[in-house]
Amino acid sequence: MTTQYRTIIRDGLWDNNGVLSMLLGMCPTMAMTTSATNGLGMGVATAVVMAASSLLVATFRNRITQEVRIPVYILIVAAMVTLVDLCMNAWMHELYKVLGLFIPLIVSNCLPLARLEAFAAKEPVLPSFLDGLFMGIGFTFALTAIGAVREIFGSGTLFADASLLLGPAFRFMEMHLMSSNMGVLMMILPPGGFLVTGLLVVAKRMLDVRAGKAIQMGGAHSAA
Amino acid sequence: MKPGTLKHAVILGSFCLGFGLLLAVTNRLTAADIAARALEDKQNSLSQVIPDSIHDNNLVTDSIAMKDARGKDITVYRARKNGKVSGVAYEIYGTGYGGEIKLMLGVDVAGKVLGVRVLAHHETPGLGDKIEEKKGDWILRFTGLSLLKPAIEKWKVKKDGGEFDQFAGATITPRGVVLAIRNGLEFFAAHQAQMTEGN
Repeated sequence: MTTQYRTIIRDGLWDNNGVLSMLLGMCPTMAMTTSATNGLGMGVATAVVMAASSLLVATFRNRITQEVRIPVYILIVAAMVTLVDLCMNAWMHELYKVLGLFIPLIVSNCLPLARLEAFAAKEPVLPSFLDGLFMGIGFTFALTAIGAVREIFGSGTLFADASLLLGPAFRFMEMHLMSSNMGVLMMILPPGGFLVTGLLVVAKRMLDVRAGKAIQMGGAHSAA
Repeated sequence: MKPGTLKHAVILGSFCLGFGLLLAVTNRLTAADIAARALEDKQNSLSQVIPDSIHDNNLVTDSIAMKDARGKDITVYRARKNGKVSGVAYEIYGTGYGGEIKLMLGVDVAGKVLGVRVLAHHETPGLGDKIEEKKGDWILRFTGLSLLKPAIEKWKVKKDGGEFDQFAGATITPRGVVLAIRNGLEFFAAHQAQMTEGN
């Protein structure tokens, strides 16, 4: 049992990372990674939705028939997104002002749907919940990394506005690395997103090859 | 009907019903808080263009609906001191490089700008976004100006022979903002009686 959980966690965080390995969820990845803080916020919101919807789908997995499973999954993801959207707007309003525009985008992210179909539909509740959670954390890690690279080269800062997202205590994270005039504008614009994502995918594969691992071609498979 | 179709319909239907109820309950629970937050946001953006010193009323609740020059519905918020209108604030729109730029303009009864802030825009990051107060003090320059100061033909960017700086690499954005403010002031001049009625 423990090895199974270890595989789920490793798969989500690194081996089968949603962005760097499966290349899923590219729309929010490109749109939201103009800064590390934005990437982090989008990632956390996605992770919450993924964990909750994986949990629900696994709970009801024996009641959902093959024929209607896709509409039911979409319904569950959309309901979770709306729930997060409403609660954040009411009780975490500062955060909502930063992320609000992008939360509805989670519905159109194919990563949650892929994990529901590939994992939560077949597995018990606890492993499914962990799979959703760690896939979400892996997604957060990838988005934050892409955002950090784009922000450093594009605006010369790192984690700018982190205190808006995480609270005033995190102001120490906001770094000013070079003059904003030296920033390469292209990195903030859409081409920068493609370039950095591509280079990070290459970097991940090179690290895997060096570690002697067989390259996992991005398949949305279950760990079982 | 194929066997099983009814079963699928019932399954899908009950999921819809269940999650529909869940969302309805959440909406109920959050509605009051969300409305309160929206009101606070509005007050914050208004307090940036209308100084606290010139009014003693609640701007958000003292508003009238009007149509702007393009026929778009806008809300005009009125600042009152001792019951008399001392200034108004309303949304104005300009066209920039990336589409519409939405601003909030505050004007006193003499037609002088009390303050302007960009509410939403799609300008290029690093070039056109210097119109935001967060990214530069360009937008603060308009405070205190009116249609007479500078003269109406000088309400342009320097490149077009006017008074206002453009940005290196971005002329269209400041041009759009300057024109929007000029139009906004002309709107006030044309509708002053209606906007300050009760004085």
